[in-house]
Amino acid sequence: MIEHTVPSAADDRVRRERERGATVLELDGVTRSFGPETAVDDLTLSVHEGELLTLLGPSGCGKTTTLRLLAGLDRPDQGAIRVDGELVAGPDRFVSPEARDVGLVFQSFALFPHLSVAENVAFGIDDWPAEERARRVDELLELVGLSEYREHGPDDLSGGQRQRVALARSLAPEPDVLLLDEPFSNLDVSLRTEMREEVRDIIKETGVTAVSVTHDQEEALSISDRVAVIADGSVEQVGRPEVVFEQPESRFVAEFLGQAGFVTGEFAAGSVETDLGTLPADVIEGLEPEYEGATVDVMVRPDDLVATPADEGQGNGTVVNRHYTGPSFVYQVSLDGGDTVYCEHNHADNLALDQRVRVDVRVDHPLAWFPRE
Amino acid sequence: MSGRERVGSLAERAADQFDLALDTGYAALVTAIVVVLLAPLAWLVIDVGDLGTRAFALASSPQTLAVLGRSVALVGVVTAASILVGVPLAVLTVQASIPFRRFWTVLIALPLAVPSYLGAFAALSAFGPTGPLSETLGVPLPTVEGFAGAAVVLTLYTYPYVFLTTRSSLLSLDASLVEAARTLNCGRLGAFRRVTLPQIVPGIAAGALLVALYTLADFGTPNFMNVQVFTQFIYSRHNAHMQGYAALLSIQLLAVTGVILAAESRLGADDSGAYASRGNRGGAELDFGVWRYPAMILPALVATLALVLPIGIFAMWLLRGGPGYEFSQLTFSWRIGYNSVYVSLLAAAVSVLVALPIALRSASKGSRLSSLAARIPYVGYATPGIVLAIALVSFSLDVASPLYKTIPLLVFAYVVRFMPQAIGSVRASTMQVDGRLIEAARTLGRSRFDAFRAVTLPLIAPGIVTGAALVFLTSMKELPATLLLRPLGFDTLVTFIWRAEEAGLYGQAAIPAFVLVVVSGLSMAVLLTQENQGEDRVT
Repeated sequence: MIEHTVPSAADDRVRRERERGATVLELDGVTRSFGPETAVDDLTLSVHEGELLTLLGPSGCGKTTTLRLLAGLDRPDQGAIRVDGELVAGPDRFVSPEARDVGLVFQSFALFPHLSVAENVAFGIDDWPAEERARRVDELLELVGLSEYREHGPDDLSGGQRQRVALARSLAPEPDVLLLDEPFSNLDVSLRTEMREEVRDIIKETGVTAVSVTHDQEEALSISDRVAVIADGSVEQVGRPEVVFEQPESRFVAEFLGQAGFVTGEFAAGSVETDLGTLPADVIEGLEPEYEGATVDVMVRPDDLVATPADEGQGNGTVVNRHYTGPSFVYQVSLDGGDTVYCEHNHADNLALDQRVRVDVRVDHPLAWFPRE
Repeated sequence: MSGRERVGSLAERAADQFDLALDTGYAALVTAIVVVLLAPLAWLVIDVGDLGTRAFALASSPQTLAVLGRSVALVGVVTAASILVGVPLAVLTVQASIPFRRFWTVLIALPLAVPSYLGAFAALSAFGPTGPLSETLGVPLPTVEGFAGAAVVLTLYTYPYVFLTTRSSLLSLDASLVEAARTLNCGRLGAFRRVTLPQIVPGIAAGALLVALYTLADFGTPNFMNVQVFTQFIYSRHNAHMQGYAALLSIQLLAVTGVILAAESRLGADDSGAYASRGNRGGAELDFGVWRYPAMILPALVATLALVLPIGIFAMWLLRGGPGYEFSQLTFSWRIGYNSVYVSLLAAAVSVLVALPIALRSASKGSRLSSLAARIPYVGYATPGIVLAIALVSFSLDVASPLYKTIPLLVFAYVVRFMPQAIGSVRASTMQVDGRLIEAARTLGRSRFDAFRAVTLPLIAPGIVTGAALVFLTSMKELPATLLLRPLGFDTLVTFIWRAEEAGLYGQAAIPAFVLVVVSGLSMAVLLTQENQGEDRVT
């Protein structure tokens, strides 16, 4: 078994955590099962003050259950949850949702249909003095840009407006932590990008600590300060989006975030011999001499590779599939050694199916690697 | 225009004209049916006209006002009590995880189909210091009678309206709304009060109005319990040969019914889709912990009073018989059961024949006239039985004396009152038939009539059967019209129970009462299958 670390990314994380504020939310070994199914499995995670952290994972990985545990809508079987240092769920202790300073924006928004926009926003602060309450509602409606809709019912609003009301409503009681459950999945595709920016801006303006849940990697990478990739109920990797994307710590993370191809080879004499030719150890992140002799998988993303047409009998692979996305073509190339990689090309470079190609690595950043499984 | 096109368009025009003629004839038929069904109600006005100026004095006499007040009071008390019983039961069976939830749900919906006079009959015979319950328990129990007795009995058989409408509101409630309230600093009770309750209020109100309508129109219970409300008083004026006064009171009762109906239709309009929200439904669970076991006491108590008690009493009478009954003139024979089945079958058959054209037309054509034609018959459904009976007595005496107290007139009364149930189920099943199926049959060479016979009819057959079954079963249980319109010497199960109660010979009524309990159970089964079909349609 090879010990595998990515030193520079780890250093980066330690440095960042020192810069960050205190821990606001803490999950420690949290487990929740439904019958034989373990939805959340020994999950440990800290969220720092003022950051927007996204739980990213495929559907059924336990991320929504985690959110419900944080909100107090469900009880963990094991482990502890702390909000702002206070134990809210743990052995012999369970704080009900209304007593936690945690807000939740529902996937369906869950706006109260019998109340107006302003009444919805005021719902959680009805114990505030009337004047203060009115001021808070005005302030939030202005923040989300819906001041002129205050008397409207939720049914009169568009999807984006409903989302903004839901956001304002959860922010009204000034929660320590704001939770967002698949916040953009109920919106039209055309609206999503716009709302992502807007929601992020609103959250950043209020300075609230936020945890969002999504299965959409593009959404996670674009709005988050940090991303936690979840698989089978526990955290695979946590870090800044670009670090997680470029330096995945597991094949699962690599494959879940963007298309990834792998080439296999033995690490010997300071380089790895692969289907793509000889890769020197200094283009591979953290491949130290101590690993000499191991068989490794080197990850190559579509934009790391270039395929050029070759004559019959030449080159190192064959185009087996092509996927046109509009701005670009992604070619799936079966290499002669048996590995499969993806190459992204400008839409003008047109390669035919079954075309012999020569694939070359063109990178200006180190490649990630994994021990051969 | 070429000759060929010309021929084509001529043929089209001829077909159009044929369709138009057919439509006109059809519309005339439907209109005629509706007029014939409701014309007799006009005789109430004519009867009142015979009173002349005395009508005004009678209408505002202290006696009339007292009846009005008592009726309104009974409606108010029963409605309020039904809400108090029905809403907690609905919350318990939908949101709390009490054991045997499905069983309790069916059991506490069951009294809906049991006519309240059976409960009143059982309560009268069971309670009282010398009643069998006192004998068995060894403690003298008070008599159940009068206003309080009627209110208790009516509540026991009307709360299911509130229970069922509240239940469906709760089931359609978006569970994430309650969770949203919880995350917004709202406790369990607070969330119920501020989120759940406002959203189920329309459902509760709809059920409450049905309770009010039933209570206002109920004939058996106030008569058995001797409470002078509209239905009871109208019958006693009729018996005293004060036909004009009875008609006047009937019109007043109709007016009060109209007020409640108007309130109901306004509520219905408000309710349309206003609370349709997305998300997971009904899943809001109340965690009762160990309290879920004692929580079963509530449904068990209600079911005991409304179902177990009457059935137990009837069983006791059946097994025990009674001293001296063999000498009485009142003896049950199965001939009486046959009479009930006979008139009810006739009512079901005629109702289906009459309902078919109305339902088919309103389902296929969206015109105002046709939807009006489908709705107007519901006036008969909403008319209290005693009012219709009084109107038909006057009508037959004035206009068609050979019909007075004959089986055709009795069947006619059943059809007017219960045919709308057949319209409803036939119409619903017709709406389900995809119009393209008929178009497909037409393009495969079938004529309009052939397509109807080969495609529509087999598909709506279950709806027709359900409609017929509902009319049959409700006719079996009908009391006031049967009492007033039956031929001399013609007894049905219901009138036999009535006479047994009048004579105080409760034991004699055991068999007919049992048969009616079974009939009630069957009604509920039909209603439930209809509901399931409705659910299938949605999913």
